[in-house]
Amino acid sequence: MTDTRDRIMLLLTAICAVMLTVSLYKIFLVLPDEANQGAIYRIVYVHVPAIFTGFTGFFVALGGSAAYLATGKLKYDAFAAAVTEVALAFATIVLATGMIWGRIIWGIWWAWDARLTTMLVCWLIYAGYLMLRRAIEEPTQRARLSAVVSIFGCVDILIVWKSIEWWRTQHPAPVLSVRDGGGMGPGMEAPIYWNWLAFMCLAVILVMVRTRQERMAGEIDSLRRMAHSY
Amino acid sequence: MDEARNLSYMFYGFAAAFVILAIYVASLAMRERKLRTEIDRVRRMVEDPAKKQ
Repeated sequence: MTDTRDRIMLLLTAICAVMLTVSLYKIFLVLPDEANQGAIYRIVYVHVPAIFTGFTGFFVALGGSAAYLATGKLKYDAFAAAVTEVALAFATIVLATGMIWGRIIWGIWWAWDARLTTMLVCWLIYAGYLMLRRAIEEPTQRARLSAVVSIFGCVDILIVWKSIEWWRTQHPAPVLSVRDGGGMGPGMEAPIYWNWLAFMCLAVILVMVRTRQERMAGEIDSLRRMAHSY
Repeated sequence: MDEARNLSYMFYGFAAAFVILAIYVASLAMRERKLRTEIDRVRRMVEDPAKKQ
């Protein structure tokens, strides 16, 4: 079992490394600068794949949380916690890269517009989710409350996603063709999806490591209970 | 638009992304090491209750 898991992780690492190398080569050496933004537009190749990966993770965590609420099995809660933590790392990348891009294009690091604010709220909800887990020691109570926060967080994700359509924002309108944007030149959109796949491979590796750690923490808890029962 | 500043900030953007990932991976590695040490300690405690702390 461990061998299979290690092999899968090794395979995913290799796939991720190859995809990122090819993609970065294309982004830096093949694609031209964007007409209005110049070189800085390339940040989109990290920013958008990171948010796709983060949101995918938050929705997978929602599945884990719902599975816990339906079955009461703590393994689903541990899985949801692992996925949420990894997804939050990608959400942090989104905020950081967005701010750096904004500094050049808007001349400011941050704007309290609907997209940025809802994204910050989303980040805070999931950071709160992880803080909540540290604050509660009793496993079933921790799992139940965490599941509720996870479900609540996913509502905010939908608001983040639709915010650029619902409100007039400083954040750019949709540019990807999947959202009827069509604002990118030919060949400029594909690396976004390649990077998303690479980030997804990386996220799966990190979730596998994190899930193993959750299992170890559970084992420590049960060993402690056993030791104290003597 | 200042081309050099534009390029620098593009570099900062990519660097920020990879630094955040590197910090997260390092934190995972540290946590793993702590958990292994703890699991060994608790196992010893279960095997030899006389050493219970």
